[in-house]
Amino acid sequence: MAKSESTSTIAPTAAPVSLTAATAMPAIVGWLIPGAGHLMQKRWIRGVLIMISVVAMFAFGLGMQGKIYKPNTGDLLDILGFIGDLGSGALYILGRMLDWGGINITTAIADYGTKYIVVAGLLNIMAAVDAYHIAIGKKQ
Amino acid sequence: MMLALQLSHFSAATIFAFFASIVFGITQRNTKDEMIRYAAYCFGVFMVCMFVAGWVMWLLHH
Repeated sequence: MAKSESTSTIAPTAAPVSLTAATAMPAIVGWLIPGAGHLMQKRWIRGVLIMISVVAMFAFGLGMQGKIYKPNTGDLLDILGFIGDLGSGALYILGRMLDWGGINITTAIADYGTKYIVVAGLLNIMAAVDAYHIAIGKKQ
Repeated sequence: MMLALQLSHFSAATIFAFFASIVFGITQRNTKDEMIRYAAYCFGVFMVCMFVAGWVMWLLHH
């Protein structure tokens, strides 16, 4: 097991540092590439698990003909969906560039798929915040 | 060509619970053991809630 994946229960003693470019970088990279924020801090297992989870949820969502939301549709629910989708970072950008996903949600399974894509983005935001917490010393 | 998955509601909810629980475990706890326990707990709660909600919907329908 990697040294960085220690199971020690001792809380970090170093005082948390403020927001700087160095501490923000894991969060930004982690948002763009799911799990990369952890990987760049040598949290290999966590990074790989996050990457697999987020990418798999996004892929399952696409496989179920889920819809990728676009900005500026004027519908509040669409805007919320767009914010969730955007959390997937590069996956969302790639999906929009390559025009992935269903156009309309006409079946129950496509609705599940759409939720999968939104939740993949939201989970990736949680992971990016976690990477930031590791960078500032708030978490091991 | 995009693969069209046809999952049942149960399968879709189980896969959802599995991946969401992994990320919850990693992000909400500090040590490896705690992460594993919390992920397992989240998955269990997801599954129990799914069964309860399923039976409630069945009872409301009948």
